[in-house]
Amino acid sequence: MKYFYLVWKNAWRKKIRTTLTILSVFIAFLLFSLLSAINYAFTGGVDLADAERLVVIEKISLINPLPISYMDRIAAIEGVQEVMHLSWFGGYYQEPRNQFPQFPTDPYPYFAMYPELDIPAEQLEAWSKNRTGAVVGKDLADQYGWKLGDRLPIIATIWTKADGSTNWEFDIEGIFSTSDPRGSTAYMLFRYDYFDEARAFGQGTVGWYTLRVRNGADPIQVAKAIDLQFANSAAETKTSTEAAFAQSFTKQFGNIALIVTLVLGAVFFTLLLVSGNTMSQSVRERIPELAVLKTLGFTDRSVLGIVLSESMLITFIGGALGLGIGWLIIKGLASQLAAFLPGFYLPASALITGVVLMIIAGVLAGIFPAAKAMRLSIVDALSRA
Amino acid sequence: MTETLARLENVSRTYTRGKDKVEVLHNLNLSIPKSDFIAIMGPSGSGKTTLLNLLGGLDKPTSGSVTVGDAQLSSMSNSQLSRWRSTNVGFIFQFYNLLPVLSAQKNVELPLLLTRFGSAERARRASIALDIVGLSDRAKHYPRELSGGQEQRVAIARAIVSDPSLLLCDEPTGDLDRESADDILKLLQTLNREHNKTIIMVTHDAQAAEYANRTLHCDKGTLETRVAA
Repeated sequence: MKYFYLVWKNAWRKKIRTTLTILSVFIAFLLFSLLSAINYAFTGGVDLADAERLVVIEKISLINPLPISYMDRIAAIEGVQEVMHLSWFGGYYQEPRNQFPQFPTDPYPYFAMYPELDIPAEQLEAWSKNRTGAVVGKDLADQYGWKLGDRLPIIATIWTKADGSTNWEFDIEGIFSTSDPRGSTAYMLFRYDYFDEARAFGQGTVGWYTLRVRNGADPIQVAKAIDLQFANSAAETKTSTEAAFAQSFTKQFGNIALIVTLVLGAVFFTLLLVSGNTMSQSVRERIPELAVLKTLGFTDRSVLGIVLSESMLITFIGGALGLGIGWLIIKGLASQLAAFLPGFYLPASALITGVVLMIIAGVLAGIFPAAKAMRLSIVDALSRA
Repeated sequence: MTETLARLENVSRTYTRGKDKVEVLHNLNLSIPKSDFIAIMGPSGSGKTTLLNLLGGLDKPTSGSVTVGDAQLSSMSNSQLSRWRSTNVGFIFQFYNLLPVLSAQKNVELPLLLTRFGSAERARRASIALDIVGLSDRAKHYPRELSGGQEQRVAIARAIVSDPSLLLCDEPTGDLDRESADDILKLLQTLNREHNKTIIMVTHDAQAAEYANRTLHCDKGTLETRVAA
């Protein structure tokens, strides 16, 4: 610590150059935090998946519906504790840009399946008693300023009503939330019985089933038993764990993790060139000064440490600013993007990775100039001066 | 009998320049008493600075031995030499070699970073050193805000702050006007007479050499002694 003042003053010897270098580090780490949040938004569902939950979809495609009659047959299969269904509604609120997911389902089975969601019991009961009732996630309610009792018009893009209208109206009976910062609640649930009765086509079908495996039962065996049950039927099934389902859903958008890694790789490679060049220049300019330090009794290792610390300091200032401001931006944007990118969030693991990257970038940028300073011959350097 | 501070025995130093070998010092023997003030003169390339570097542990002889106090410098490792230099020897250069990013006070404190002193004690000792060289009022000034003579005084304060017994000066007045040079030389003389510092000064300036107790003439790697009048 006693060298900190010396390191700090040396780092700011050329203020413009150091500022520009810090700016490039800042941009790199800002990008890192934003891209990490985007990556997490696309892949986070896999982390949140419950190993004991299975998802049953139509064998050919998730788009193809399954008969509602499968519900009881799935529930009767050995190892299944409980089952519920969901369907994709695909509507918007007031304007097409206000899109968010809506799902028709059954009130009690849904919240029994997702105990990580919190909804007051009286609100759940109110929803179960109102056929046109709906519950909305807190993220969504905050975004649009909705409150209990509001009448909510949703324009359907797929499901026209039997009377030819695309305007569906719901009463907000409840607002649910989650304490898990990784989980999004930017979606809406409404009653399946109302949906099924009112829609113009597709009666008696659902989008997919989600079930919980009984304690001690083997999820793989249960999945096999379900698919076997519906083999050679008009709607064969494909059952997978919730994590596998989330993964296959994410893959529809492309390999986000790979894209993010490639972009960040290019950014950090450029960053190393920029900050490495800064440190090399800095050491080249003050060879006589480094020789003086050695003359005064600073050991080769001390000189190595001083130069390396300068590189680390520049990387840490830029990196901490980038991560910090990135975190603030993500926090600010999370509610705005909740409907499009649920789970847009900077996880602690990304922050830790960011700090590790700062250390690696600082060491790599500074190690060669620092080694040069360490190996410096006092006599040669002073005679050059 | 005067106690010896530094001794060079049969010291030779040869440098390799491309394919050629250049012998800068040849079989040199020298004994330097404690509290002496010696000027070393001689033409360029005669080995003056090399001699200073050997005495300061910045360089090692090709053959022979260099002993300063109890330390045999020629057999010490680089890190041992670094530690030895930090407490036993102070260096004063022709171009002052202050760190431009540090104030006079912080420049003087630099050698004390290698000690166990806390920041308050480092500051106190640096203030005393600046007081000795008469620059207390310039402690917060940066090198660019000081005259050449003042910069050299700061460099001298830096050299004495850790209280070494030996001061090695390489052309300390070479970049100064006559008046500033005389001030610096008087300061060195005071350090020698009142603080018992042993001073070895390389110079081209015969007037500067007159401030020393004796002058050694270096030529073609050998020494010849002349006692000051």
